[in-house]
Amino acid sequence: MDGFRIPIGEWVAAAVAWVKDNLEGVLDFISFIVKFLVNGLTDVLLSTPIVVLIIIAALIAWAVRSIWMAVGTAVSFALILSMGLWVAAMQTLSLVVVAALIAVVIAIPLGIWSARNATVRTIMKPILDFMQTMPAFVYLIPAIVFFSIGVVPGLVATVIFALPPGVRMTELGIRGVDSETVEAGHAFGATPGQILRGIQLPLAMPTIMAGVNQVIMLSLSMAVIAGMAGADGLGKLVVQAISTVNIGKGVEAGLGVVLLAVFLDRVTAALGTPNEHTSSLLGMMARRRGAQQAGKADAAAEAERAVASPHRAPIGGGAA
Amino acid sequence: MTETALEARHLFKVFGRNPNQAVRRLKAGESRTDTLDAGTAAVIDASFTVNRGEIFVIMGLSGSGKSTIIRMLNGLHDITDGSVVINGDEIAGVPASRLRQIRRENVSMVFQHFALLPHRTVADNVAYPLELKGVPKADRLAKANEVIAMVGLDGWGDKLPSQLSGGMQQRVGIARALAADTEILLMDEAFSALDPLIRREMQEQLVELQEKLQKTIVFITHDLNEAMFLGDRIAVMRDGRIVQIGTPEDILTDPANDYVEQFVQDVDRARVLTAANVMERPRPVVADTAGPRTALRQMRDAYMSAAYVTGRDRKLLGMVTDRDAVKLVRKGETSLKSILKPVPQSVPEDEVLMNLFVPAVESQLPLAVVDAEGRLTGVIPRVTLLAALGPGPNSTEEITLPLPPVSHAEIAAVLGEAADAVAPAATTGDAARVVERAEGETKRAERARDEAEPQTEGEVR
Repeated sequence: MDGFRIPIGEWVAAAVAWVKDNLEGVLDFISFIVKFLVNGLTDVLLSTPIVVLIIIAALIAWAVRSIWMAVGTAVSFALILSMGLWVAAMQTLSLVVVAALIAVVIAIPLGIWSARNATVRTIMKPILDFMQTMPAFVYLIPAIVFFSIGVVPGLVATVIFALPPGVRMTELGIRGVDSETVEAGHAFGATPGQILRGIQLPLAMPTIMAGVNQVIMLSLSMAVIAGMAGADGLGKLVVQAISTVNIGKGVEAGLGVVLLAVFLDRVTAALGTPNEHTSSLLGMMARRRGAQQAGKADAAAEAERAVASPHRAPIGGGAA
Repeated sequence: MTETALEARHLFKVFGRNPNQAVRRLKAGESRTDTLDAGTAAVIDASFTVNRGEIFVIMGLSGSGKSTIIRMLNGLHDITDGSVVINGDEIAGVPASRLRQIRRENVSMVFQHFALLPHRTVADNVAYPLELKGVPKADRLAKANEVIAMVGLDGWGDKLPSQLSGGMQQRVGIARALAADTEILLMDEAFSALDPLIRREMQEQLVELQEKLQKTIVFITHDLNEAMFLGDRIAVMRDGRIVQIGTPEDILTDPANDYVEQFVQDVDRARVLTAANVMERPRPVVADTAGPRTALRQMRDAYMSAAYVTGRDRKLLGMVTDRDAVKLVRKGETSLKSILKPVPQSVPEDEVLMNLFVPAVESQLPLAVVDAEGRLTGVIPRVTLLAALGPGPNSTEEITLPLPPVSHAEIAAVLGEAADAVAPAATTGDAARVVERAEGETKRAERARDEAEPQTEGEVR
């Protein structure tokens, strides 16, 4: 066996070099778009007055979940501010938002495709497994070769790492839609597109939103690693703290990540299950609309019973 | 326009690796088990015609291929071999777009579990087929409301399906199929998921609608009684083959083979019919929140000495007797709780009549029938049980209550006079006994009157 070795590493390196040499235009274009999006969003976040931003975040929390979530959000953001991490936190936030957005835009169509096509599903499964199990740092190496140091390789690695749950949950959600309901669409002559838009996507939405939540959480965990590639933000601070063995700085930056994570997780989780959060602003509005309807529904169920079996309905009514 | 709305000729459906080979071998006379290596044959050489305006029932046990057949009629399942002709149009092998057009214009469907779109209101669900046809919004909602009224759901258009009971949801399913305004309606076990009493009502409503609309309906069921009630003609399926097609009477009186005979006639009615088939509306029944006065009144109206007590959701809690209730009224208590007794006998809905006789004899009240959740869904008086065993179409219907007995006091009074009159003719001992008994009755009647009086006063108060 001595001396026998399959040079997979060399092959990949050669492929990466070839891409770097021959597809420079494409790489530059990606780089330009990513920089434009991330830097643009960071600029918007940083140019907005901090108080306004905190209020907006709190309002979002109240709208989808509850007043307590809004209070918690305001406190968290104030804490980030008080630790002097505001700028870094906003940089991380824009990296996460843009990365998650790109991942979702790619993941949902892929998920739909693999839900509808067994061949695609068979091909996609090992690729997704590979993407999820490959240590996340490894993505950084070719990304740095392609895009050099900065926010772009960090974002590209983040997108690759965060993609799989989005694809998987979308596929799962669509395939989990009650087959009889889909059959009903076919039976009334709906086209595949009409079935997708009118039946499958709406009914799969809670599962898809759970996938989006996962994408965002993975993006956030990867955004820290992206700090190693030189992306500005909390990740960079964590990396600096590691290299200087600065406990205080590391804990503060880490805490900033946790606070952002909790906010993003609770908001996106609540978006997927709007009916469970009755004390949210949106929930209260929905309830006010549904208040009269619910009462009627009970009466009707009773009325139907009365029609089916007149003797059963007026129980207890005789006493009046 | 021909008489025939739908024709299936030599239909085969085989799931599996090599369907065409399986069909070839089945045609050559091999059996279903012989061809298992080439694929599972769900439907084998099924041919039938459905006439315009009739209800054609396909009946069979689960796994007999009935659900597969109905899905081949509108192309939801590919046809492995054979042909389906709807209004002169061939279904087998037509392109998808043509198939969609046929589904939009000629064939609509009602599903076992309703298959409504949970995120759309009732009206939008009903309007869905019209939306697919490209009807403008105002027109399709107008049409939807018209159909909703037709199935008796007036005013429910803006609710979500989840706010409706099962029976109402299936009415929405039927309304949706009717809104499509197709000549042919396929109903796949449409009522199988509903409560027995609701199911019976829906069957009646379907017959009513059919009288008005004269659609061509293909109805799938595993329920013999449903098939007999709805079907103008019935096809009985077994193991993928149609074993007999005929009117309900044909099938009952002239079964084509042993299987059908076993299915419909030779079987002991007591072993086929279930409690749900013969039960009547539960009565007398009082809610646990009602007082003893209400209970007494219910019992008096039903000529019963006891009544069932149900809680929320119609759960059977127990029973109360009139004597206990009278005592309660005397004491001035208002809650039935203290006199609630456990029900000695109750039977599940799917219990066959055979097993009901002993409980019926032992039960003081008409036998209570409860569903899986313990809700009281019906009662079976002994006479009903007896009548159900007899032949004839009316045996499962409700039976008129026998005339109430003449009151004890009245009988005693009459007997007292009669006893005097006949005494000389009879032996002395006999006459004495008659008189004795008459006196006893009178006393008991007096006691009953005493007990009844405070109640009457209470009511006035």
